[in-house]
Amino acid sequence: MTTVAVKPATMGQALGRALRDAMADDPSVHVLGEDVGTLGGVFRVTDGLAKEFGDDRCTDTPLAEAGILGTAVGMAMYGLRPVVEMQFDAFAYPAFEQLISHVARMRNRTRGGMSLPITIRVPYGGGIGGVEHHSDSSEAYYMATPGLHVVTPATVADAYGLLRASIASDDPVVFLEPKRLYWSKADWNPDAPASVEPIGKAVVRRAGRSATLITYGPSVPVCLEAAEAARAEGWDLEVVDLRSLVPFDDETVTASVRRTGRAVVVHESGGFGGPGGEIAARVTERCFHHLEAPVLRVAGFDIPYPPPMLERHHLPGVDRILDAVARLQWEAES
Amino acid sequence: MTVMEQRGAYRPAPPPAWQLRTDPAPLLPDAEPYRVLGTDAARKADQELLLRLHGELVRGRRYNTQATALTKQGRLAVYPSSTGQEACEIAAALALREQDWLFPSYRDTLAAVARGLDPVAALTLLRGDWHTGYDPREYRIAPLCTPLATQLPHAVGLAHAARLKGDDVVALAMVGDGGTSEGDFHEALNFAAVWQAPVVFLVQNNGFAISVPLAKQTAAPSLAHKAVGYGMPGRLVDGNDAVAVHEVLSEAVRHAREGGGPTLIEAVTYRMEAHTNADDATRYRKDADVEAWQDHDPILLVERELTERGLLDDDRRRAVREDAEAMAADLRARMNEDPALDPMDLFTHVYAEQTGQLREQAAQLRAELDAENEPDGAGR
Repeated sequence: MTTVAVKPATMGQALGRALRDAMADDPSVHVLGEDVGTLGGVFRVTDGLAKEFGDDRCTDTPLAEAGILGTAVGMAMYGLRPVVEMQFDAFAYPAFEQLISHVARMRNRTRGGMSLPITIRVPYGGGIGGVEHHSDSSEAYYMATPGLHVVTPATVADAYGLLRASIASDDPVVFLEPKRLYWSKADWNPDAPASVEPIGKAVVRRAGRSATLITYGPSVPVCLEAAEAARAEGWDLEVVDLRSLVPFDDETVTASVRRTGRAVVVHESGGFGGPGGEIAARVTERCFHHLEAPVLRVAGFDIPYPPPMLERHHLPGVDRILDAVARLQWEAES
Repeated sequence: MTVMEQRGAYRPAPPPAWQLRTDPAPLLPDAEPYRVLGTDAARKADQELLLRLHGELVRGRRYNTQATALTKQGRLAVYPSSTGQEACEIAAALALREQDWLFPSYRDTLAAVARGLDPVAALTLLRGDWHTGYDPREYRIAPLCTPLATQLPHAVGLAHAARLKGDDVVALAMVGDGGTSEGDFHEALNFAAVWQAPVVFLVQNNGFAISVPLAKQTAAPSLAHKAVGYGMPGRLVDGNDAVAVHEVLSEAVRHAREGGGPTLIEAVTYRMEAHTNADDATRYRKDADVEAWQDHDPILLVERELTERGLLDDDRRRAVREDAEAMAADLRARMNEDPALDPMDLFTHVYAEQTGQLREQAAQLRAELDAENEPDGAGR
């Protein structure tokens, strides 16, 4: 038996591999977007696809997000599985009408007669020193639209598995790629990449007893770091990585919070009207009698994404998470 | 001698020669809309086609009046009548083959019906029992689209996909004059031309976007002129001349099918009714303007030609009228039946597999329905 070659790979490489394998397995998978062909994408995620599969399978489109997603709708209507790239979070906004008026509801408006298996890749979030319009966390907009799945990986293995699952899904998936994790590395076997559980399953990244950090995407490594730091304070924190915002895994989250009795939701996007409000409400509804303290949120400020030289003050870091954990000692304060 | 002149030996290399990518002349539309009926060319129009168009136009007009009546009876929430525009709707749809696809806007019910869609299924959106009353794949008709011009990129994508698969399919995308101002119109035409997708764009210029006249919509010489900027041919046609519409559409469809790429066609017509029954057209146009178009009615134009050629006698008129009345009676009878609705359908078609959240909400509605149906549940 040969030994399995496990070597360090980046999240970007795993995403590219997922696209390649999906295209090789299923001739109906087509990649399209601005710069995805010859350049291989501005983050090189689509590198080599046009060369291997040709321009018809990996297509450089005109620069027009509504056109990219709108034509993908028609391609999906004809039986293809388009994977579109939006290049940067804030560049996706021109495509919102196509997303909300058509992509999200084609199955519903045709009473199940026509589904749209489109994957929409959106590099999102800050922390890479991007200038204005390159660092938004727009997940709340997508979550608020029925008919869409919204997923976001936090590890190299999940990046591969979740993207394969998204492309295979018969429903449209908004696949949020945490930009600042593109270069994160992990030991990974590119020759036998593992699949993941179906879309909609959260995972406990770190088991703990004293409180649960509920998080996803770019904030997962931050929460894991905070959990390590909290040990010095006597806190044993559990970290739940949601992986999928829609569907939402109430089961895993509820089980964790019932065990620990305390919860903090952590994300980069603004707190007001953000995902944390929904998550905190769901946790409270299901775990009220198990809670020792209110569910807290650690989020980005409610401001337009700041210029890169100030973004470290905006992004939730270890200290802000630890401050919230300290506030979970509700009995002592009241 | 200046310093610059002393350095005169320096000559920058000229930039690469700039030239037009395409000669615009063949793409430009004619100055006048193309017409057949009322000209000598009409004598050459195929007799079978003329008779078919006449029958369909009369049926289409009757459909419009019946559907409008149904709004007054409360059977339809709204009906955007295409009275006056029947030639664009029907002649365009008849230019397609079975394997082709139609991408209609909300006013294009008649095009869908002319393509074989059940007249009742075409009205589901407007009756309010479901958004689309048919499976688009069965008829190759996309759902009637209410947001303006958003269906145009779908047509491009579908046509592109069909061509990639090696299929002999053309997509016909319909939009109004107002829709040409939308960004999706631009993006769709640009993609179609760059990809040389087999698409035909038909703009029905009926004079108004609800109340806003064309002059406030565009400063272009014509809507067909917009084609040149995208690198596709633009054609201008009399939208009330069914034979001319059929000829121009057929030519564009053939051109697309043979790999020639997209065409933009502007059909000049007039909306004889208000935008919908919710609109008061007297606020923005004069009765005299509407009357001026009466003489150019699409049915009248075909009947004149048929009469001239001795193809329309009283028997023929009666047969066509009776056929239209039978269609209207059937439509009326079936639209007056209350549709059978299952509220649980609300949760059935959101995702391929229901999410936990939707399962909980479905259970909630189920309990509410059960409570309503209990014999003593009246007070709840």
